Amino acid sequence: MNQTIRRLPHARIEADSTVEFFFDGRRYTGKKGDSLASALLANGVGVVGRSFKLHRPRGILGCGTEEPNALVQLESGEYTEPNVRATLIPLYPGLVAKGQNAWPSVRFDLLGAVGLCKRLLPASFYYKTFMWPNWRSWEWLVRRIAGLGTAPQAADAERYVKQNIHADVVVVGAGRSGLEAALEAARDPAKRVLLIDSQEEPGGRLLGSPVPEERSWLANALSEVAQRDNITLLCRTTVNGYYDNNVLAALERRSNHLGPRSGNAFRECFWRVFAGRVILATGAIERPLVFPNNDRPGIMLASAVREYTHRYGLTLAREIVFYTNNDSAWQVALELHRVGVKVDAIIDIRGAVDSALVEGARDAGINHYLGTRVINTKGRSGIRRLKIQRAPADGDPSVQSVESLPCELLAISGGWTPTLHLYSQSGGKLQYRESDACLIPDCNNQNISVVGRAAGEFRGELNLQCQWLTPDVPPENQWVDFQYDVTAADIQLAARENFVSVEHVKRYTTNGMSVDQGKTSNVNGLGILALATDREIPAVGTTRFRPPFHPTTIGAYAGIELGALYKPVHLLPAHKAHLTCGASFDDYGSWQRPVCYPKPGEAEAAAIAREAVAVREAVGLLDYSPLGKLEVVGPDARAFLDRVYINNMVSLKHGAARYGLMLNEAGIVIDDGVVVCLAEDHFLLHTTSGGAAVIHRHLDEWLQCEWTDLQVVVNNCTTQWATMMLSGPKARDVLQQLDCDIDLSRESFGHMQYREGHLLGQRCRILRASFTGEVSFEVSVPARYGQSLWKILMQRGANMGITPFGIEALMLLRTEKGYLHIGADTDGNTMPQDLGWGGAIARKAGDFIGSRSLSLPVGLDADRLQFTGLELLDPKGQTISGAHILSADERTTNGYVTSAVHSPNLNRTVALGIVAGAAQRQGEEVTVFYDGLRQRARLVSPCAYDPEGNALNG
Amino acid sequence: MEKYSAFGLLRHALSGHRRWPQVWRSAELKPNYDAVVIGGGGHGLATAYYLAKEHGITNVAVLEKGWLGGGNTGRNTAVSRSNYFYPESTRFFEHSLKRFETMGRDLNYNIMFTQGGVLSLAFSRHEMEIFRRWATAIQVQGVDCRVMGREEVSEAVPLLNMSPHARYRVYGGFMQQRGGISRHDAVAWAYARAASSLGVDIIQNCEVTGLNISDGAVRGVQTTLGTIRTSKLAMAVAGHSSVVAGMAGIKLPIVSQCLQAMVSEPIKPCFDHVVMSPQVHCYVSQSDRGELVIGGGADTHPSYGQRGNLPTTESVLNAVTEMYPAFSRLKLMRQWGGIVDITPDASPIVSKTPVNGFYISAGWGTGGYKAIPAGGETLAYTMAHDRAHPLVEPFSLARFAQGRLVDESAAAGVAH
Ligand SMILES: Cc1cc2nc3c(=O)[nH]c(=O)nc-3n(C[C@H](O)[C@H](O)[C@H](O)COP(=O)(O)OP(=O)(O)OC[C@H]3O[C@@H](n4cnc5c(N)ncnc54)[C@H](O)[C@@H]3O)c2cc1C
Repeated sequence: MNQTIRRLPHARIEADSTVEFFFDGRRYTGKKGDSLASALLANGVGVVGRSFKLHRPRGILGCGTEEPNALVQLESGEYTEPNVRATLIPLYPGLVAKGQNAWPSVRFDLLGAVGLCKRLLPASFYYKTFMWPNWRSWEWLVRRIAGLGTAPQAADAERYVKQNIHADVVVVGAGRSGLEAALEAARDPAKRVLLIDSQEEPGGRLLGSPVPEERSWLANALSEVAQRDNITLLCRTTVNGYYDNNVLAALERRSNHLGPRSGNAFRECFWRVFAGRVILATGAIERPLVFPNNDRPGIMLASAVREYTHRYGLTLAREIVFYTNNDSAWQVALELHRVGVKVDAIIDIRGAVDSALVEGARDAGINHYLGTRVINTKGRSGIRRLKIQRAPADGDPSVQSVESLPCELLAISGGWTPTLHLYSQSGGKLQYRESDACLIPDCNNQNISVVGRAAGEFRGELNLQCQWLTPDVPPENQWVDFQYDVTAADIQLAARENFVSVEHVKRYTTNGMSVDQGKTSNVNGLGILALATDREIPAVGTTRFRPPFHPTTIGAYAGIELGALYKPVHLLPAHKAHLTCGASFDDYGSWQRPVCYPKPGEAEAAAIAREAVAVREAVGLLDYSPLGKLEVVGPDARAFLDRVYINNMVSLKHGAARYGLMLNEAGIVIDDGVVVCLAEDHFLLHTTSGGAAVIHRHLDEWLQCEWTDLQVVVNNCTTQWATMMLSGPKARDVLQQLDCDIDLSRESFGHMQYREGHLLGQRCRILRASFTGEVSFEVSVPARYGQSLWKILMQRGANMGITPFGIEALMLLRTEKGYLHIGADTDGNTMPQDLGWGGAIARKAGDFIGSRSLSLPVGLDADRLQFTGLELLDPKGQTISGAHILSADERTTNGYVTSAVHSPNLNRTVALGIVAGAAQRQGEEVTVFYDGLRQRARLVSPCAYDPEGNALNG
Repeated sequence: MEKYSAFGLLRHALSGHRRWPQVWRSAELKPNYDAVVIGGGGHGLATAYYLAKEHGITNVAVLEKGWLGGGNTGRNTAVSRSNYFYPESTRFFEHSLKRFETMGRDLNYNIMFTQGGVLSLAFSRHEMEIFRRWATAIQVQGVDCRVMGREEVSEAVPLLNMSPHARYRVYGGFMQQRGGISRHDAVAWAYARAASSLGVDIIQNCEVTGLNISDGAVRGVQTTLGTIRTSKLAMAVAGHSSVVAGMAGIKLPIVSQCLQAMVSEPIKPCFDHVVMSPQVHCYVSQSDRGELVIGGGADTHPSYGQRGNLPTTESVLNAVTEMYPAFSRLKLMRQWGGIVDITPDASPIVSKTPVNGFYISAGWGTGGYKAIPAGGETLAYTMAHDRAHPLVEPFSLARFAQGRLVDESAAAGVAH
């Protein structure tokens, strides 16, 4: 193709602008208003891509989303994007694009040699070979050849945003019928109308129209849209998904037309559209004709030729030939002639064509060949000649005549396919219309209507004569899916092998599975399949369209919810104070909590050990705020709790606290914690840190679904209180220095007691429970005072050696004490009897959640995994949580180490585990296995430190 | 059955590929079968194949309401692995994995099983503990598996987000090197071809609408193509398990939910393993064609709609972008859903039932693709002998009444 120096005067580009760009390393110029595709065409670049399998040279076929061939790698580094349709990228200054899937370049691609073996590579040939000696020996090669562009290696430098938008009427497509529909709907001023179009500007096909009346109609319509303040127009926005309840997903390209580094805050916006009614005005896509070597560069859809000529002002070639089976291409040819572009010939499959068209062509000096087929094309990197065959005049095949025509550009039209992807996604069914061989809307359950060409309302009859493939010539080179190299022969082969369902054919031949998702190939494939299986098209059926309509940037689905915004981070009320104390943080559930407070240069393990010793010897301070706190209120609160816990809650007295275990319906332990009675009808439940939300849901589910008669409300107040745990022999001394109206003395405030009062003039709740084995006060104050409480405790405790300690030291201490940690020392099979709670269950009078399951046979198995302590025989030995206990023959697992620490207070490894039948096997020796290492250990009581519990009562 | 080979391809190339035989026969429904399998997914087809191959029962029909392989077998992300936690599961899935390793040659159909390794990521100390426990469980059973630290993970998956700004820090992971992905359609077609050549009738577009049961035993099935007599009937209908079992008056402890999968546009190879990330919930692999194959959690409500909702798509892709920031600029090409049948313990049911001669294979949920060979083999055995195959004894329907769950999620916490 020739370089077009001058553009036609009616083009919608800025004729006197110059925009520099680069393709495959060469510098070119285009005009403002060009797409990359039109700019490449203007510069005579014919080969822009290579096909997926056979690396055949491919040129531009279409002008929009339907483009299967012109896929390029855009830009580089953190701005690179593979598989970009050249037809959809507006030209911007400095644009850099490369051809892809070729080596060294798309113009000259050595991999094109694959095409020589084409006969060996029919559809799905790979299932029939590469088995000897095994697939692995071939896979590396196949994998390397596959794929199109290359993925970026660096993180995306641009950002995306997501937005919701609501409208009474959403019109998709701002072509003529979309504009009409939007203006009509907007007549009611109470209606909010949203008009969405995927192109750079509204107008649809009118943008490529040379007809003055149509152009002025568009101008008027657009100015009316602009005047209506109840119409919102979103351009550069492609609706990609249509979900239940008229929810649509759309992607707006905010800065792609400006190129990278445009300075825009967001590259794209992901719209969630909530629509009352949806009107689809999505137009139609032209179908290629299927004939031998129909994939040569220079063969283009007639609609694209129209667009490039009138919208971009290109004279695409000197010898332009049309090949069609319907009237629409004739109109395009005549329009070309009217603006002074020479058309050499029109070839039409039909023996007879509307006389007005024929006369028009005659007047324009366009040769026309009726009843004629193209049976081959010639040319190396682009089309040069056509071989055509005239059908016999009187039906006698012997008098067919073959001719050869020069041709530089072949404009093809095999009819039209209404763009109904969204309709199908919405759950709509399609029906086949014989007269012009197209699928049109049938029925739908959502509030949706389809207008214009999307509904099959073409302006004027197409008078189409169906030809799915060219008969009487080999099907091997008749391409259906240009990108994945699917030919008519492949579809016939599939049918021959009994792949006769459309879905099978799609998967077996890969027809329609390429990045254009079959926009130009699906219906042709359907037709060829119908012929091959001797069925009507409705009997063959169609494949379901899946979102997205057009491939959609993955990052846009994420929006800004990345990094710190991916999931909200829960910070402790005293977070800043922990920073000041030098804490290192980590995620524990949704909370960021101090792991430990390492001194400068101190290793993590050393810091944890130091903190643990400080708690045992003096006093430690832990931010315990994530401890779950649920308040249960109501006249039936006590009865409810008695059903929720396996423990007796009937006898729990005001001000007293009781440890409880909670099960699910299957009898599995899901939580433990201390329950406090605040008043006869008011209880405070403590759940495992991080478990508060889950347990809240669990309780609410029972209240809302099962026990609707109970008058109880559960409220999660975890984050309303900051809880500081003072723990250690000097804990009381520290607290007593503060002004507090609660009697903290040993005598009046014992272990497992609870008090409310005032601390430093503020409301406080103090619980005496212990997860360390030392005297502990869990002091809760309103969250906003958490930070000051921490600071004051640190100050006042300084003289007693108060040490801040993190969650890991807490875990160490509780492991020394053998205190159970639900989720670590239990698994999803643990029942209360495995934790030594069999007695409590037996004593409980009332029913409770899970009780029935406890009497299932499985609960009585002798080899249930039971909670136990483990002592390594080698006093210097170490083990790790995750190690297994092996059976006597060492062939199967008999349990696991669930917690293991090096105890600085005992100076040896302390471990907990769940082991088969552990309760009956105390004192027995077992083998501990991890990472190939076997060690001997003894099953002992879980509590390794201070088994008498003296420290607790200090 | 004509043998497929490179040589065969060459020979057929000479005749323009015009002489390839049907992959499976088009069969007419007969009024009488020795055994009938409902559901032409991988499990149904494999069951029929093993009935014919191992037990000499060849007068068998597979009834499929749509097109064979069009259920979850043709919609899944094709991950196979055997790194399960409990010996009951590992034993079963390891058996299946071994069958996958030789399936191409056993069935003379290249299913393209690429054993690039399955890596699961841990995002906290606690998850690392669980992974160590899990990996050890697998090692004790003699199956390959290795725990990896953060550095090793970073080397294995160069595109993984290791930045200090990542929301969750990757602590490490564990890898089963023999795990990998294969072509799901090929598995269905391979079994269909092999079964058909042994005499099995594969009947598509034939929906089962009712069962004929009298005196507590199966007598036949009603279908949209007519009624068939049989005394051995199995169902392998995945998401529709509750519906079909309901026809026999059996209530299954199964919830049907939509599970989505999606693929990006094809790109040159850049991702070698299957990487599962349970915390930032998504899993990713790259297909032979170059697409990134992406999965995540199931839609949160029960449904029979094979589409999937937008919030779940968003959350899965959100996770992908967080985990692999370089994939942000790639484009999603296609998204779809399948209806998965989930049991309370997320383990399957391969079992006899209270109705004599009626057998079920269900509850494969989000992870039954990898089980197709072993599932078919054990169900066939169970049908032929009217006794559970030893590998599936733990997976009986009765276990729910006894409380003997095989709760993988309880011990391990990861699906698929
Ligand atoms: C998105 C997704 C991803 C997945 N990823 C994986 C993965 O990576 N690895 C893995 O191991 N597993 C995965 N799975 C699970 C796996 O796909 C399934 O467990 C497995 O395919 C089930 O096979 P099946 O043969 O039992 O069911 P299906 O393949 O669903 O076959 C059941 C068949 O029964 C037919 N049927 C239903 N009702 C009737 C009736 N009344 N009459 C006749 N026919 C009927 C259906 O049409 C269907 O074809 C995934 C599933 C999904 C949906």
